[in-house]
Amino acid sequence: MKTIAIEYLNKKRKAAPLAVFRILFGLLMVVSLIRFWHYGWIEKLYLLPRFHFHYYGFEWVTVPGNWTYLLFIICGLSAFLFAIGYKYRLCIITFFLSFTYIELMDKTTYLNHYYFVSLVSFILIWLPAQVHFSVDAWRDKSIRSEYIAQWHIGALQLMMAIVYIYAGLAKLNTDWLVDALPLSIWLREKGHLPLIGQLLDERWLHYLFSWGGAIYDLSIVFFLMWSRTRVVAFIAVLVFHLLTKILFPIGMFPYIMIVGTLLFFSDDFHTKILKLFSKVCAVDYKVFCNRICYIGKPGYRRLSLSVLTGFFVIQLLFPLRCYAYPGNLFWTEQGYRFSWRVMLMEKTGYANFKVVDAVTGKRFYVQNEDFLTAFQQKQMSTQADFMIEYAHYLGDHFRAQGHQNLQIFVESYASLNGRKSQVYLDPDIDLLTLDNNFKNRDFIRPLYEN
Amino acid sequence: MKISIASICFFSLMVIAMSCDDNPGESSMLTDNFDRGQMLDFWADEIIIPSYTAYVSALEELDSEMTNFYADPNVDRLNNLRSTWLEAYLTWQDVAMFEIGRAEEISLRNFTNIYPSDVDLIQSNIERRDYNLELPSNFDAQGFPALDYLFFGLADSDIEIVEALIADDVESYVTDLVTRLSNLSTEVLTDWNSGFREEFVDNSGSSASAATDKLVNDFLFYYERNLRAAKVGIPAGVFSGTEQPNLVEGLYSQAYSKELFLRSFEAVQDFFEGQSYDGQQIGVSLRQYLDDIRTSNATDVDIAGLIITQWEEVDLAAAEVGDNFREQVIEDNSKMLALYDQLQAAVVPLKVDMLSALNIQVDFVDADGD
Repeated sequence: MKTIAIEYLNKKRKAAPLAVFRILFGLLMVVSLIRFWHYGWIEKLYLLPRFHFHYYGFEWVTVPGNWTYLLFIICGLSAFLFAIGYKYRLCIITFFLSFTYIELMDKTTYLNHYYFVSLVSFILIWLPAQVHFSVDAWRDKSIRSEYIAQWHIGALQLMMAIVYIYAGLAKLNTDWLVDALPLSIWLREKGHLPLIGQLLDERWLHYLFSWGGAIYDLSIVFFLMWSRTRVVAFIAVLVFHLLTKILFPIGMFPYIMIVGTLLFFSDDFHTKILKLFSKVCAVDYKVFCNRICYIGKPGYRRLSLSVLTGFFVIQLLFPLRCYAYPGNLFWTEQGYRFSWRVMLMEKTGYANFKVVDAVTGKRFYVQNEDFLTAFQQKQMSTQADFMIEYAHYLGDHFRAQGHQNLQIFVESYASLNGRKSQVYLDPDIDLLTLDNNFKNRDFIRPLYEN
Repeated sequence: MKISIASICFFSLMVIAMSCDDNPGESSMLTDNFDRGQMLDFWADEIIIPSYTAYVSALEELDSEMTNFYADPNVDRLNNLRSTWLEAYLTWQDVAMFEIGRAEEISLRNFTNIYPSDVDLIQSNIERRDYNLELPSNFDAQGFPALDYLFFGLADSDIEIVEALIADDVESYVTDLVTRLSNLSTEVLTDWNSGFREEFVDNSGSSASAATDKLVNDFLFYYERNLRAAKVGIPAGVFSGTEQPNLVEGLYSQAYSKELFLRSFEAVQDFFEGQSYDGQQIGVSLRQYLDDIRTSNATDVDIAGLIITQWEEVDLAAAEVGDNFREQVIEDNSKMLALYDQLQAAVVPLKVDMLSALNIQVDFVDADGD
């Protein structure tokens, strides 16, 4: 066993796939940040809200006002620079930190693919993606290499595999497989699309998409790994992701995943791409083909191997934490995030907060739109941790206005995957007595099938 | 070879996907069972445009009655003026929820019906003469509530009110207010009739900026904020903990707050059920949409039934409340609170079950999902 591991770690392959990934991933990030800015989302999602929802343990992350624009500039610039491989290590670390900081500013905007970007950029910190076809390697002959260790690419492939397979496993539930939910709710609203619109109302198509999606997620990595099925698998990747792009508002995610699947292609494939890039940039590609294999300092190699090993152990275990909680996962959402559960539910909620003076019994209701944006209200009204944090914010707000002996209750209702709406949180519990933590939230009412 | 096939596929699909990138309401080709385009047609042609047409002519009536009054000011003519004001105010309740297109751009609702009026501001505007009614700072010095004050609250007796109204400065202020209401409404109606109708009907897709999603969001916002909260909840003290009888709609005329509320509630129900403005036909609207989804099996909950049943409870609670909401709050607020509770109870099926079943995007949220 040990020898197999050592053998694997000593295997080498061309550095080209990693260089291609570095370039495409970096450029996609630049596009994605510009797009975010261009749509006015910096203002809308970060600057306009008067209150932001925090991740547990990251309450110290705040929106730095108009400096947020600078943060995006730094993030975009570092993405461009690591893409071209200029001061790679510094830039990828800067990108990882700035991007992750942006994502931590408000939990409302959580998306699995943002999390994926953070994780990939973290992995890239520990990989020698700058030793081939980069400004750094162009200028510094001592790091210039044609080959790297196979596990450098393997680490990114493993990340891709984790995303796909956990996303596939998450689809193995009755709503998805037996009732084709939530796809049947979503697809029937897309009848206006050209060509495919007509079909989207068909029941069989909802099942085809549900089952097809699950099978795709569970198997695609294996078909990509095997060279004989790779081209067919890649066509499936394109069809699958671009179809989701056409049907759902999922932004840059399809492109990121498409670029990620290129990691499974052969050295030759990537060498050809780099030769093409060289022509476009008028660079002599031969310079980088020096037959040297990048080894790096032994200490650094050991460090990055152990960091990444630890990282992947966490990545494999973290999505399973939901099994430590009772109840329907989609309903309670305990352990839902950071687990590659993508597009699994149609959930809508409504939360009406009641502020009570415990001594006089005087009470009034809160108009949520006075404090939260429509987007924040939407996210808050289906997730218990949001409600608790918001209640504490309301408590502080009204206490500052001179209200005393405060209690805050919520009348909340949610509807999950077409079920009739039902009471979500216990309406008789004072939210100010609760805190966000990892304990089971037994104040979430159980989901009744109806 | 393999590479070229793959790259051709890649780039062609990329182009297709890019061309669909976040383009809201791209096509009007609706082939769904339920035709959102047909619903938009009905809304525009049978509800919204006829409502605005009626509203514009009600304001014309108000304008001509005002001319009559100033030609020969007396108490009889004041009462005529008041009743055309009331008629226009009631007709306003029919259009108030359609804050879309030009109405949204010019923020029609804010310039038409912000109450309570700021009486001091009105007085100082009258004295200073150099007011600008287009400023948001003058929201609460114009519209129906300001006319309510001028026609009913300017003095203690009707004779004194007539006298006060004929002062030159007051006359020009009243004229300006009526003219402004007229101009704003005409502007919106003209826009609907000269192109916006087509834009609205063609925007039949399903994204945050599609016409259905936008109007349903407007409808819910109106129901929660303007009907449930402003007309009933706020005076009853639901959001402050203290009764606020002076925040009712139609504070100075006193007698009409319930009538205005009922008209607005009726307009909401007609829109939901697809009742045409002339009352002659039932067309496709949210109720039919929900029923269609129910029969097509995506959900087997009778959401439309839930909403309609709950609104029947609202009618029952409203029957218990007197015509003058201000008096009702002061004398027995529990009936106002009961009315509020019934209005509130319909919010859950509307905002949770309906939005979820119709897959309506919440307003302005066009950010990515995953």
